[in-house]
Amino acid sequence: MKIKQLSVFLENKKGRLFDVCSLLGSNGINIRALTIAETESFGVLRIVVDKTEQASKLLSENNFTANVTDVVAVEVGDKPGGLAAVLKILNDNNVNIEYMYGFVEKFSENALLVFRFEDAQTAADILVKNKVKVVTKQEIEGL
Amino acid sequence: MQITYWNKEVETADDSSLKSLQLKRFKETIGWALQTPFYKRRLGKVGINSAYDIKSLDDLKKIPFATKDDLRQNFPKGLLSLDMKDIVRIHSSSGTTGIPTVIYFSREDIDNWSDLVARCVVTTGAGPGDVFQNMMTYGLFTGGLGLHYGAERVGMTVIPIGGGNTKRQIKTMKDFQTTVVHATPSYLLHIHSVLAEEKIKIDELSLRKAYIGAEPHSENIRLKIEQLYGIDAYNSYGLSEMNGPGVAFECVYKCGMHIWEDAYITEIIDPATGQALPDGEIGEVVFTNVIRRATPLLRYRTRDLACIIPGKCQCGRTHRRLSRITGRTDDMLIINGVNVFPSQIEEVVMKIPEVGTNYLIEVDKVGALDKLIVKVEIYSKMFRGDASQLDALKGKIKDELRASITISPSVELHEPGFLPVSEGKAKRVIDNRPKE
Repeated sequence: MKIKQLSVFLENKKGRLFDVCSLLGSNGINIRALTIAETESFGVLRIVVDKTEQASKLLSENNFTANVTDVVAVEVGDKPGGLAAVLKILNDNNVNIEYMYGFVEKFSENALLVFRFEDAQTAADILVKNKVKVVTKQEIEGL
Repeated sequence: MQITYWNKEVETADDSSLKSLQLKRFKETIGWALQTPFYKRRLGKVGINSAYDIKSLDDLKKIPFATKDDLRQNFPKGLLSLDMKDIVRIHSSSGTTGIPTVIYFSREDIDNWSDLVARCVVTTGAGPGDVFQNMMTYGLFTGGLGLHYGAERVGMTVIPIGGGNTKRQIKTMKDFQTTVVHATPSYLLHIHSVLAEEKIKIDELSLRKAYIGAEPHSENIRLKIEQLYGIDAYNSYGLSEMNGPGVAFECVYKCGMHIWEDAYITEIIDPATGQALPDGEIGEVVFTNVIRRATPLLRYRTRDLACIIPGKCQCGRTHRRLSRITGRTDDMLIINGVNVFPSQIEEVVMKIPEVGTNYLIEVDKVGALDKLIVKVEIYSKMFRGDASQLDALKGKIKDELRASITISPSVELHEPGFLPVSEGKAKRVIDNRPKE
């Protein structure tokens, strides 16, 4: 139930985010979720895309410093309390979140939440057991 | 203007007396030098096997130049002319670039050196009754102890506070009504900016003079220090290979630093050819120390670029004047008074596995202080996707650099390929500090 996330190191330089996005875009790769962790002098772009392997290869061929990480994506209703319900399950099961970010789906009523856990598999299992809709690799690719 | 002398006879000696004193001491020094393994070999090769082989000062030209590398290669005792039981002091470079260098002093050597520094102090008009706050670093670095001994000999009240701790420096200046300070120019500018923060006005202090040295600075910086504090600032020059401070110092006219030529025979050479240059032309400064028994050093290439200022000084001293140092023959950086070699930085960053192949050193002026920025490219394969990993890497690079070069740089991480790679030898150092 894990999916892959790409982390891209971005130095603090004008147009760097654009460079990544236009590279992916012109190669027909769709970004499904995105966030940026930033410090004063650099940033780390985190994205979930529909074609991870292709994107990863493309980035390294173009001299970007990128890394692939396991994450868990879940879909929740795009309504008040959607996120809280998921967090409660994680909390009740003592699962720590390293970081997370959310994205709203254009074509559905749902919001996409991406979680990074220390142990992605265990966390995914807990979520599934609690009837949370965990997004599969196939679903990410198909969207 | 009132002119005071410490040793008027020597300071105002005419050309022939000065030269005969130089020759006498040069001969003595050759005798001492022949006691060292290094000079026994080196002087033997050019036919100098005894002090009697020296007939005139021109014989100096027969002797090959000495370099920092000679000192390194003969570390620790290749240039030692006395038994260790006769050595009372050792000064050494830190050796962070590899092999350190060392200078030994006998009791008489310390005495001679202190006397020269006393001359410097009196040359500026200071003396007993002055309270001297020595803000230069003490320790193996000669700047602190060198001035300390000279100032004490003159009879000033010496406060051996050493470098750093700006608030304490200010409090001490106020508590003891310090009249003379010794510091790097950038540190004095820094102190001034803190004075305002501490809400202390200049007229609460009694400062009259500052001795500034250990880093290159422009005339404008001197004027700025003088205006900010309402004092006279005197340029000071020295290097540990020539004992330390007290090689050359400005008199009350502040128009170049009198080199104590009875102690340091001075040549200015073309650094490329080694040929002597006339007064007024900028070249590499070369000294022969003729007042140090324990570690003789002949025709030492300082790698400092300067010229001899032609003409006589109004103060009456006959010793020629050295211009301010206009640069270095090598690429050494002087950052807030600390010597930093790009090679030291390279050694540190290249040892860190997360760092890629390229790096860049940038030096900027921020306010009064120098700022060192080390930019490195990260090694893609080591990237794990976490910002925290990169922050830790930055901290690690910073800590390891501080351990090596003693100053704390700011570190920037870059993507591979970001930093410019020029053809052939990459340009690794960008010095953005204003030259004037």
